[in-house]
Amino acid sequence: MGALTLGHFLTLGGILFALSVVGIFLNRRNLIVLLMAIELMLLAVNMNFVAFSHYLPLEADRLAGQIFVFFILTVAAAESAIGLAILVVLFRNRATIAVDQLDGLKG
Amino acid sequence: MNTITALFYVFSAVLLLAAFRVITARSTVHAALFLVLAFFSASCLWMLLSAEFLAITLILVYIGAVMVLFLFVVMMLDINSDSFREGFWKHFPLAGLVGAVIAVEIGLVMFSSFGVASAPVDPALAKLGNTKMLGIELYTNYLYPLQVAAVILLVAIIAAIALTLRRRKDSRAMDPGEQVKARKADRVRLVKMAPSTASDAAPVRGQGEA
Repeated sequence: MGALTLGHFLTLGGILFALSVVGIFLNRRNLIVLLMAIELMLLAVNMNFVAFSHYLPLEADRLAGQIFVFFILTVAAAESAIGLAILVVLFRNRATIAVDQLDGLKG
Repeated sequence: MNTITALFYVFSAVLLLAAFRVITARSTVHAALFLVLAFFSASCLWMLLSAEFLAITLILVYIGAVMVLFLFVVMMLDINSDSFREGFWKHFPLAGLVGAVIAVEIGLVMFSSFGVASAPVDPALAKLGNTKMLGIELYTNYLYPLQVAAVILLVAIIAAIALTLRRRKDSRAMDPGEQVKARKADRVRLVKMAPSTASDAAPVRGQGEA
């Protein structure tokens, strides 16, 4: 267990990503927990970006990673706002958010 | 093992534990609260990486706005969460296996090939600070993407409002547009009738009085 390296943070991001994949697999009926697992995935990706931006050499464009995280946060906030709005409308119309009952397009 | 490394292990343990509880919590409200904890630990980790502005943004925007929105929706919808748990433990071994394989593979690759030990210390960062450097970069080189991000947020606001807007049937508010649009023809109907003469109507009454 030596000094902190880039690999530590990337491994943490990888484990977080794997956890959220498991979460999507397990909670595939609950739409809200699915949205939360997607948020966790975005967090794992952002973790990688921030770690890379910290460990890049000085002559590289080091801040690009953090600026990318900034835009990812923007888009993720917009995504969750619209997703939750769709969820509310869905619940109003169908009185359920179970994913396997949303088969209205099935013939 | 110095303080920063110890802090890294503490924060990542809390982060992974919270993420695990997010996907396994019985109640959706608990899952949302554990997601708040996960974001908070991640923000502490970003502090260790000297990304102070993003760490604060994560707390303010994510915990302050997005997670409160999540909690709001979770509490507003009356969801029976027990029905969601059917088949949860049946799928758990397979899901755990797949997840463990993904984590081990990513860990092996990342841990062995990215052993960059020492982060370089930027002299400009020490002079200006993370937030100022990010601001300079954002408002010069990334100005156009920043405007596009603002438009995306605007679209999200309009879309969320338009999706959930519902007209109340029982409210009696007046609509000025409708009032201005009203014409005489909408309210009054002019009917052409044959004129009735006095000789048609008079005799019946007249006989009674005489």
